[in-house]
Amino acid sequence: MPAPIRLRELIRTIRTARTQAEEREMIQKECAAIRSSFREEDNTYRCRNVAKLLYMHMLGYPAHFGQLECLKLIASQKFTDKRIGYLGAMLLLDERQDVHLLMTNCIKNDLNHSTQYVQGLALCTLGCMGSSEMCRDLAGEVEKLLKTSNSYLRKKAALCAVHVIRKVPELMEMFLPATKNLLSEKNHGVLHTSVVLLTEMCERSPDMLSHFRKLVPQLVRILKNLIMSGYSPEHDVSGISDPFLQVRILRLLRILGKNDDDSSEAMNDILAQVATNTETSKNVGNAILYETVLTIMDIKSESGLRVLAINILGRFLLNNDKNIRYVALTSLLKTVQTDHNAVQRHRSTIVDCLKDLDVSIKRRAMELSFALVNGNNIRGMMKELLYFLDSCDPDFKADCASGVFLAAEKYAPSKRWHIDTIMRVLTTAGSYVRDDSVPNLIQLITNSVEMHAYTVQRLYKALLDDISQQPLVQVASWCIGEYGDLLVSGQCEEEEPIQVTEDEVLDVLEGLLVSNLSTPVTRGYSLTAIMKLSTRFSSVNRIKKVVSIYGSSIDVELQQRAVEYNALFKKYDHMRPALLERMPIMEKSASNGPTEIVQTNGEAEPSAVESKHPPPVTQPTNQANDLLDLLGGNDVVPVIQTTMPTKPASAGGELLDLLGDLSLSGGPAPAPAPSVPASQPPFLLDGLSSQPLFNDIAAAGIPPMTAYSKNGLKIDFTFERANPNPNIAVITIHATNSTEAEMTDFVFQAAVPKTFQLQLLSPSSNVVPALNQGTVTQVIRVLNQQKQQLRMRIKLTYTHKGSAVQDLAEVNNFPPQSWQ
Amino acid sequence: MFIFMLLFSRQGKLRLQKWYVPLSDKEKKKITRELVQTVLARKPKMCSFLEWRDLKVVYKRYASLYFCCAIEDQDNELITLEIIHRYVELLDKYFGSVCELDIIFNFEKAYFILDEFLLGGEAQETSKKNVLKAIEQADLLQETKRSILKSII
Repeated sequence: MPAPIRLRELIRTIRTARTQAEEREMIQKECAAIRSSFREEDNTYRCRNVAKLLYMHMLGYPAHFGQLECLKLIASQKFTDKRIGYLGAMLLLDERQDVHLLMTNCIKNDLNHSTQYVQGLALCTLGCMGSSEMCRDLAGEVEKLLKTSNSYLRKKAALCAVHVIRKVPELMEMFLPATKNLLSEKNHGVLHTSVVLLTEMCERSPDMLSHFRKLVPQLVRILKNLIMSGYSPEHDVSGISDPFLQVRILRLLRILGKNDDDSSEAMNDILAQVATNTETSKNVGNAILYETVLTIMDIKSESGLRVLAINILGRFLLNNDKNIRYVALTSLLKTVQTDHNAVQRHRSTIVDCLKDLDVSIKRRAMELSFALVNGNNIRGMMKELLYFLDSCDPDFKADCASGVFLAAEKYAPSKRWHIDTIMRVLTTAGSYVRDDSVPNLIQLITNSVEMHAYTVQRLYKALLDDISQQPLVQVASWCIGEYGDLLVSGQCEEEEPIQVTEDEVLDVLEGLLVSNLSTPVTRGYSLTAIMKLSTRFSSVNRIKKVVSIYGSSIDVELQQRAVEYNALFKKYDHMRPALLERMPIMEKSASNGPTEIVQTNGEAEPSAVESKHPPPVTQPTNQANDLLDLLGGNDVVPVIQTTMPTKPASAGGELLDLLGDLSLSGGPAPAPAPSVPASQPPFLLDGLSSQPLFNDIAAAGIPPMTAYSKNGLKIDFTFERANPNPNIAVITIHATNSTEAEMTDFVFQAAVPKTFQLQLLSPSSNVVPALNQGTVTQVIRVLNQQKQQLRMRIKLTYTHKGSAVQDLAEVNNFPPQSWQ
Repeated sequence: MFIFMLLFSRQGKLRLQKWYVPLSDKEKKKITRELVQTVLARKPKMCSFLEWRDLKVVYKRYASLYFCCAIEDQDNELITLEIIHRYVELLDKYFGSVCELDIIFNFEKAYFILDEFLLGGEAQETSKKNVLKAIEQADLLQETKRSILKSII
């Protein structure tokens, strides 16, 4: 058997392949040769063969048949074999396969080898890919090596210990004694790895953290020596002595000083020194400054130091190096809540970063800008942000538009400005605006009574220019439907009134109906708008004609509306004026953010519940998962139990959260307005939803049902439709207990098939009093977008007469009106 | 800590991959493929940091090779650039004006040097001299019938 070809030879050969197929052929041939060589248990060339296999593995070819060979190499006495064997183990083996455990014994022996380089190999492998089982078995050996005086091994043992702790946190205790004099080492390698080990321990355990606080003076001393010491060629990087160690020490100081006054005070001086003396011409100096700033901001530093830190960040923003600008913006984003005023000083620089070419920098600058908007700078900031909105990438537009709306809502100096801003967003980024902004905007417009004429005029003009942006078109149609009379009467105060006739307005609306650019939702809006104009305009016949044409439209939505409107003309004409009256001012019971703009009177429903998706509370989620396990089904969705979410404290944070959070809500639920006269059936609010009219009337008439009745516990469901989104059925459960003992710790859980979404609000109590003396109520909201038949599985747990009771049931008898 | 370090050419060919977290081969391939695409698509003037999936990625191009690594959230990006630079300096000193071909034909040595510099995703030695000395000594231990320059591999 000729000697297998050398590694470099193989590499050279493979590189000559001109096509993928040729390469594959060569590789297959070589793999076959290697396999037979392995079968022959050839010791001499095993090393060479495994090395070749590793090369082929890097090219993407399978190499698992070499795993055992790596183990044999590790067990060999030759250093070359071990070197390649350990490398192979790190590349080919992973902890998911049991094979890796066979390494444990070899590693153990090699950890005690007489040659430090072999010990080094073993430590490296263990520290890189050791599984938890291996770590448990070998932790003792690592701990021993942590106490050795050989610095080459000590530094490796420290990092190996870090890995062990990451894999098996319970073993952390056993390394504690060995850490005693780690910091007295002179060797920088050991110092660096020791600081890493201490950092890991402090991050994981508050006890360790308090224990190691006493090291602060020593750390400060080491850092001071590094800065003050003269040139040390061994550790110098561009004039700075061992920046890696400096950065790690600063990070450890950050952890130790957080929330601790004494430690923070002890490090004040050194932080000031580093911040002022570090050379900033190269990246390495800036890296140290960056870490220093992060530390200053996190500990209880005095205000002078904090201002120094923010100023450093401000200087970073002006740096030519975009990496530096990037980290500055990231850090400022983190500090904007706590040191808002200091960051405000750098506002203009931040706004300039909006024009940067780099995408990541632009995004950060945008987020930071929104965080800095306040009542004083709103006009200026908005100008910049709108300019940014015009020219930014499509990925940003949605977030930017939402941010602009939010900021405008919070800080608008005048209604006119607010409306103008909204108009600007709709016309420039109209297609990127989130769907839920349409109802919000409509509400805003409705509530700005004195601006109606101005608004409808501007929207009309915008429609004349461009009907492709759906949110703009929808808001405009709605407004024209509502305020068309103001439009034709030429009453505008804010700007020059335009002259427009009723026919022209109807032309525009009809144009929307037939245009290919309009979505079905938009068509719905415009048909309804045309209908509303029948009480505001005199050309009723034209409107009647349009409406009757659409009575036979292919689009079922439009057809239904048209038929209903026709019915209005024919049979209910006497009710038409009352029905199509001007919309009342809608009271906002919730907004898309934690700020409540108008607290509704009498609307007791907690506002945050409706639009915001609260973070899942872990404990109930676990219970929900149990529910899934029990039911075993893949088709049920765990319910997220909500408790009243607490609002985040500061403005900047909310804004940032919301930019992510805004996708899902169906908009604020207008209160079933108590001011609406009784003769107006709910379907007037139709303009805010895209659903057929009659569902809303039906909502009032859904009969209640008994979902569960067993062992004295009875659960009834009553139904309501949520306005504005009739896809959401609001079910209230009423739990009553007819036995003589009360039921305590009562928990109701529900799960629905995947096509639904479920939200369970907090129960009124978790004690169901005995003998039907009281009821526990809880609200469930089910989103049923696909209009499928509603089914639910419920799980009840409670304690009755001292024993825990648990029951599961399926609820299938929902009345059809609840889900149609 | 480093989650992984990848070296790849301008054509997207992988020259070195070091993973410090356990992932299946399939996952590693997927991450590699997607990240390489993302990094190669970036323009030269863009910044060296990006958020990719939920990782912080730091990359730098040296001649025809991209050095790309993923770090944890709390790690300092700027010092990571220095760590990458230190690794390149080590390779340069060892091979004498290192170029991509050196790393292709001596990939196992590139790994050995990396493993003397980083362990478990953290730097173990901050002195260039000490790392190189350790490698030199280890090389001497390699058994060979002929001189050290021609290894048995």
